[in-house]
Amino acid sequence: MKLNKASLLGLIAVLELADDPEQQLSTTDIAEKYDISTHHLAKVMRNLVHKGVVQAMRGVGGGYRFAGNPNRTTLLDIIQLFETMESELDLPHWSKAADPIISELQSITNEIDDVTKAILETITLSAALKNMHLRSEATKNNGASS
Amino acid sequence: MSNQLVIRNALPADLDAIISLDRTTPDADKPDYWRGIFEHYVVKGRADRIFLVAEKRGTVIGFIVGEVRAWEFGSPPCGWVFALAVSPDAREHGTGKRMWDEICRRLKKTGVTTVRTMANLDQKLTLSFLRAMGLRTGRYIELEKQLD
Repeated sequence: MKLNKASLLGLIAVLELADDPEQQLSTTDIAEKYDISTHHLAKVMRNLVHKGVVQAMRGVGGGYRFAGNPNRTTLLDIIQLFETMESELDLPHWSKAADPIISELQSITNEIDDVTKAILETITLSAALKNMHLRSEATKNNGASS
Repeated sequence: MSNQLVIRNALPADLDAIISLDRTTPDADKPDYWRGIFEHYVVKGRADRIFLVAEKRGTVIGFIVGEVRAWEFGSPPCGWVFALAVSPDAREHGTGKRMWDEICRRLKKTGVTTVRTMANLDQKLTLSFLRAMGLRTGRYIELEKQLD
């Protein structure tokens, strides 16, 4: 599985905002924190607002705020705003002789896609955030004890 | 009768409540299956066979069943949780987590260090719950084939 850039930026922004639903952050705040392109992130944020995942707050101190339910929103919900998660065989043309091979390979990639989607569809933002915090805590503790 | 959620060992008298909680459609009762499970896990109880229920105000609102299995598929002894249900009315109040934590505590006491379970890919709610409990895809892959 290779996530496209927009999916990845979308996940970063949504996880950052969902970690504290009260906080409002600008595109620049998020881009600077994660050292990512403001230009790309701005396009992603417009899509997230359009789909109702985040809310754009106007005025002084404005920015973006998470607008969903982190216990109900899954990683797949965010990724599918930007891509279909269907594997494609990078072979635009093939002869009839290749049909059986292509059919078998498509059947295998479909199997892989089903499992990948099932995993991403069952990890909520809350579960991902919890794991992130546990991992950070463990890293911090390991660092302190070494 | 306590308002508090109590997680306790299942008793023979809980059988009807378990059958009812497990009923997903009117014709989906499995009384013979559950009688067999009760005989094995409740009546002939052992430390490595665990059948817990969640009770609130005298009503059974959830259950979880698991045991220690050794050397199936070549695996060293590990805990298996093979049944879990919470009444739809009682969900999102931490009942599943309390039962999960308790069965893991008891499995750990028997000496195992891993717990496993399986769920249908279509059971998104169950899979999300298990993910939230910290489970990840394991090293064993379930394979199947339709028999002609």
